[in-house]
Amino acid sequence: MKTYSPKFRPNRRSLLGGAATLAGLSFLPRGTMAAEEKKLNFYNWDTYIGETTLDDFNAATGIEVKMDLFADNDELFAKLREGNPGYDLIVPTNDYVERMLVAGMLLPLDHDKIPNMLNLGANFRDASYDPGLKHSIPYMWGTIGVGYNAKRTGDITKSWKHLYDSDQFAGKISLLGDGANVLGHAMKYLGHSLNSTDPANIKAAEELLIAQKENIKVFADDNGQDLLVSGEVVIAQEWNGDILQVMADDDDLSFYVPDEGGLIWQDCLCMPKGAPHPENAHAFINFILDADAGAAIADYIQYATPNEAARAKLGSDYNENPAIFPSDETVAKCEFQLYLGEEHVKNINDAWTRVQAA
Amino acid sequence: MESYRKNQRVFWVLAGPGSFWLLFFFLVPLGMVWILSFGEKAVIDGKISITETEITWTLANYVRALADPVYLVIMWKSIWISALATMLCLIIAYPVAFVISFASPRWRPWLLLAVILPFWINLLIRTYALIAVFRIRGYVNFTLEWIYDTLWLDGLFGPFEPLELLYNDFAVVVGLVYVFMPFMVLPLYASIERLDRSMLEASLDLGASQVATFLRVTVPLTMPGIVSGLILVFIPCLGSFLTADLLGGTNATMIGNVIERQFKAANDWPFGAALSFLLMYVTFGALALRALLSRDAEARI
Repeated sequence: MKTYSPKFRPNRRSLLGGAATLAGLSFLPRGTMAAEEKKLNFYNWDTYIGETTLDDFNAATGIEVKMDLFADNDELFAKLREGNPGYDLIVPTNDYVERMLVAGMLLPLDHDKIPNMLNLGANFRDASYDPGLKHSIPYMWGTIGVGYNAKRTGDITKSWKHLYDSDQFAGKISLLGDGANVLGHAMKYLGHSLNSTDPANIKAAEELLIAQKENIKVFADDNGQDLLVSGEVVIAQEWNGDILQVMADDDDLSFYVPDEGGLIWQDCLCMPKGAPHPENAHAFINFILDADAGAAIADYIQYATPNEAARAKLGSDYNENPAIFPSDETVAKCEFQLYLGEEHVKNINDAWTRVQAA
Repeated sequence: MESYRKNQRVFWVLAGPGSFWLLFFFLVPLGMVWILSFGEKAVIDGKISITETEITWTLANYVRALADPVYLVIMWKSIWISALATMLCLIIAYPVAFVISFASPRWRPWLLLAVILPFWINLLIRTYALIAVFRIRGYVNFTLEWIYDTLWLDGLFGPFEPLELLYNDFAVVVGLVYVFMPFMVLPLYASIERLDRSMLEASLDLGASQVATFLRVTVPLTMPGIVSGLILVFIPCLGSFLTADLLGGTNATMIGNVIERQFKAANDWPFGAALSFLLMYVTFGALALRALLSRDAEARI
C-alpha cells in the first residue's frame, strides 16, 4: 500500500496543507460545481450504502461515484495517516472523527451547501465529538450489544455476564476482535465507564478477560453474526446492525443491549484533508440526507438513521424495531467511545496483547 | 564461459533493471522501516502526536520488545507453530514430490499443475474455504455425520456430536500447511528430479535395504531441496497473520498479528518497525542455519 511509507520530518503535514491550499486555489476562481470534474471518491464500510444509491446520485447529478471499502476504523486511519490518497468522503466512527480532528486530518463542511441538514433529528444537530457538526454529518448510529441464539441459550438476563463472567456457555462465546471494545465493555460490566483511563480499571478488565478466556471460543473480527448462524457459538458480542441482518433469516436469533449499558456510536460523513472534489462531496452528503435516498439506504442496511424525514417514509417494521432503535432508557445507559489520547491507546493495546498471549 | 569483465556494458544493461528494483523497492523502504524503528511518537505542545514521528535513535522500542516477556512469549509461540507446520509440510510433501518425479512424463506437468493450482486463488478466499470445510456445519462434519448415521452408530451412542475443528492452534497449523505446501513440494521436486537413479539402483544392488537406501542415499542427495523447502515454508509462516486471525482461537496470536496491530489499532509505527526487525533477525538466523546445513551436506557428499 503506497500510503504505508513512513514519515520522518514533522513538516510534511504543512507541506500537505500547502498542497491542499494550492489544489483549492486552482478551482476557486470558477467556484461552481461545473468547475469540478464529475467524480467522487467515496471510502466506505462494506454493505453500508443503499443498493441503488450511487446510481441514483449519478442519475440526479451526473457525478460518478467510485467506492472503495474499508473493514475497520484502524484501516481507514492508517490509510489516511500519511496523507490522503485521493478520497473525497470517508465514514469514520465518532471517536475516530475526534481523533482525526485532533490530528487535523478533516476539512470543515460548508453547511450552506447541505440544506437537507434540516432533515436531521433534533438529537443529531450537534455532537460532543464535533461541536456544531463543523466537520462531520451523522450517517448512521447504533449500539454494541449481545446477539444470541434464544433456542439454545433459553431465556437469559440482559447482562454482559454471560459473555464476560460465566461458564454457562463455555466454548460457545465470541467477543469482538478489537481491544478497545472488548476491554471497554469489560470495564462497563465491572461498573466503570467504558472510557475509564484508570490503570486499575484497565488491569481489572484485563484480568477478568484472562480468567474468562478458557470459556471464549474466539475473538471474532467482524463475523460474530456468521458464527451465530453457523452454530459455532450461541452468544456473541456484536454491532447491532450485523445481528439484525442475520435475524431476518433466522428466527432463533435475538439481540439485546445489556442493562449495564454498552457502547453507542455514530458513523459520520467527513471530508479528509486534500479531498480533490469537495463540491461533489457536499452534493453527495446533501443527497444522502434527502428523505427518499436516506430511506432507501436505511431500509437496505437496517441501521438506525438520524434522518427523520427518511424515517417518516419507512414502516413500523423499521421504526419500532428495538434492535434498531433501542429505548431512550437504554440509550441513556450507553456511552460514546471517546478519543483519550495516544497514551491511553497504548495502554489499551498493551493490555489487549497480554490478554491474547496469556 | 565469457567473463562479464570483458563486456561491461552488456553486464550493466542486463543487471541494471534488477538492481534498480532491488534498491528502490526493497532496500530503500526496508532502510526507512529500520530508521523508523529508532523513532518515537513526536510530542507537540506537550501532547503525544497522533501522526508525527521523530527519529531520536532511541533503543526504547527494542528494549520494550525484549524486556516485556509478553512479546517473547508470542515470538516463541510463532516459532514453534511455524516449525511444526514446516515439519508437517516436509513429511507430507516429500512423498508427493517423489511420486511426481517418478510419474510418467505425460502425467508430470498435470501433477505439478495440481500442486500450483491453489496459487491461482487468493489467500483470503482459500482461508475462508477452509472455514467452510472445518466449521461445525462444514463438510468434514457432514461427512463424518453421514458415516456415523450410515453405520447406525446414532442408535448405539446417541446423535452425532460435531467436532470442533476451528478456532484453535490445530486449525492454524492445518491452515499454514495447506497454504504453504507448494513452497515445499516444488524445491523437493526439483532436487528429486535431478537425483541420479543409478545411485539408488547401486545401493539396492549392493545390499542396502529400501530404508537404508532412502536414509543414506536419497535424503543426503536431496538435502539442498529439503533445506530450501524448509526455509521457503518457515519464513513466510513466521510472518503470517491472516491464518491465525481467521482460524485461530483466543490464544492464536502470532508475532505477525502483533506487528499488524502496531500499524493499525495501536498506531505505534516505530514499535511495529522494531518488532518487524526483530522478526527479520530471527529470519536471518534461519538463513544462517541453512548456510551451515548446506555446507554440511556438501561436505558429506
